[in-house]
Amino acid sequence: MNLTRRKFLTVSTSAAVATFFGGSQAFATVDEINKAISEFTGGGEPESGVLTLKTPEIAENGNSVPVSVAVESPMTDDDYVESVIILAEDNPNPEVATFHFSPASGEGKASTRMRLAKTQNVVAVAKMSNGKFYKASNNVKVTIGGCGG
Amino acid sequence: MHSRRDFLQFAAVAATLTGFTGKLSRANAQQKLTQDDLLAFDDKGKITLLHITDTHAQLKPLYFRPPSENIGVGDYAGIPPHLVGEDFLKHFGLERGSALAYAHTMVDYADMARTYGRLGGLDRTATLVNAIRAERGEDNVLMLDGGDTWQGSYTSLKTQAQDMIECMGLLKPDAMVGHWEFTLGADRVMELVESLDYPFLASNIVDTDWEEPVFESTAMYEVGGSSVAVIGQAMPYTPIANPRWMFPEWSFGLRLEALQANVDKARASGAEVVVLLSHNGFDVDRKLAADLSGIDVILTGHTHDAIPQAIKVDNTLILASGSHGKYLGRIDLEVKNGKVVDYSSNLIPVFSDVIEPDPVMAAKIDEVRAPYKDELSRVIGKTDSLLYRRGNFNGTWDDLICEAMIEERDAELSFSPGFRWGTTLLPGDNITVEDLYTQTAMNYPEVYRLEFTGARIKEVLEDVCDNLFNADPYFQQGGDMVRVGGMGYSCTPGASMGSRINNMTLLATGEPIDPAKSYVVAGWASVNEGVEGPAIYDLMETYIGKKEVINMKANKAVKVN
Repeated sequence: MNLTRRKFLTVSTSAAVATFFGGSQAFATVDEINKAISEFTGGGEPESGVLTLKTPEIAENGNSVPVSVAVESPMTDDDYVESVIILAEDNPNPEVATFHFSPASGEGKASTRMRLAKTQNVVAVAKMSNGKFYKASNNVKVTIGGCGG
Repeated sequence: MHSRRDFLQFAAVAATLTGFTGKLSRANAQQKLTQDDLLAFDDKGKITLLHITDTHAQLKPLYFRPPSENIGVGDYAGIPPHLVGEDFLKHFGLERGSALAYAHTMVDYADMARTYGRLGGLDRTATLVNAIRAERGEDNVLMLDGGDTWQGSYTSLKTQAQDMIECMGLLKPDAMVGHWEFTLGADRVMELVESLDYPFLASNIVDTDWEEPVFESTAMYEVGGSSVAVIGQAMPYTPIANPRWMFPEWSFGLRLEALQANVDKARASGAEVVVLLSHNGFDVDRKLAADLSGIDVILTGHTHDAIPQAIKVDNTLILASGSHGKYLGRIDLEVKNGKVVDYSSNLIPVFSDVIEPDPVMAAKIDEVRAPYKDELSRVIGKTDSLLYRRGNFNGTWDDLICEAMIEERDAELSFSPGFRWGTTLLPGDNITVEDLYTQTAMNYPEVYRLEFTGARIKEVLEDVCDNLFNADPYFQQGGDMVRVGGMGYSCTPGASMGSRINNMTLLATGEPIDPAKSYVVAGWASVNEGVEGPAIYDLMETYIGKKEVINMKANKAVKVN
């Protein structure tokens, strides 16, 4: 983890923005997700690898699901991760958070919590300083819960 | 390996005394089966692991009918533990009517139960454990408790598990893990854990604030001249299957990365043998054994599966030691040059009538039960039917509970959770307070009465069904299907979520359940906070008292495709 104070602020800011985005109760469409990704990548095609997205297999509490991202990067002036966006495909508003990094961040890792309306894919995309993009995706199950024994 | 041989020993015992008649007198059976037969074992190496799990606070010998349905899906269909009855006998080469056939299957259950008697009893288990420790040497034996030990009986409910703490203390386990333990609430769990002489392990519980471990993950032991690491894994979905508000600051999950890291760390610090003491459930552990590396033995619990011997997956042995104190699991390991090179394994069925109770444990059990003696044995009714719970879809005990909730709460439908704990009564048995509490003793017993739309009922059934039959074991929570009263349906376990449940019918009218219509539903054991209603054990006592004699018909309301 080791979030700097600055990163925390960034996280809260993007979360706040995300909250204000909302309004429509309709769930996101595939087009919206693709649009959000291509806006972030400027049309670039993300590759797999380098970026690890961590979520629980099944959410214990859909209102507060831990999510973390880690990008393998030397974090030098020449080669670092600039930002990571997290999207929840089936939330009314898919944008969960955007984390911004700089070489001074030391490592490309961040975590937060998100609300998930139902079982869905969570997608993360990382933007590297060399212009490359990486994508990772996990399915998180949100259950009604309750009869295990 | 030598699986055959151990089976044959049991089969031979059964064969000489019976052949199969189904009506053997108890005396005959017991004259032939002896404590020594039960303890006979093909010793290997210097390390012995003993495993009991999911005792559900049962201190006394009992009947526990194995399931008629225990369906596996996808890659796990038709292989242990997803074999029942005749298929189980055939797969493991057991003779119908043999002692092991009775312990492991429901074939001719009531007759066999009368022939071979009750299984379990912690005083009998203590005798076996003591004998094995004496034979193998105290320092060569690790005794491990797989959890679900502190909940499930009248006395554990009344003492909030103090009875089990004292009795298990005498058995001297080397470590334990948990699941239903957490339903005592975080404060009580911590209080009890601090009182233990042995570690309570969990590699997969972290606090919700900082994701830091709440319990120790690993304990290291010197056993039989080797260094042995035991890593604990709590039931991964406890906060979903049970009320999260009872331990709001703890987060669970499979946390396989943390587990692999703990295995690697144990190896790096010199462990020659790594044991996972797990409350994941069998199929989860079968998959996990293939996905992770460096685990020699998984002692698995939670799904209450009893498999006569360890199953090998890649380089990992998995031993599933049943439930309710019916079995003592044993694995011997031979270690050479820091590696397990040979093993031997067996589930020892705890035939209570042929094992001499350990007097120290027997006295302690009497002592913890003494304050409740009259209440435990108070008769509230009688049953003409076999009353049991375990099975994927229904059991007569839950049919009775569902019927009672509809009646006593004036509901159209009822839900009873698919718990796998709960003992069995034979036709003709009295129903005592103790018997009732083996089905209902827990800390969130309120019976709610709510209106659900037909669409919501379908959603609930599909949701629970996916927890049971998801083709990926990592999404299986280990309970059985929610039991439904007043309604029939068909189920296709192999279908995908949303299309498994069909033909939902209101039994009272024979009409299909209308998605838009509301129905009054009664149910118990809700995971929500602040549920109001009478406790299920009080409701059942009233209902059984009114009925006097229980007679359950075969349940044909659920059709499995």
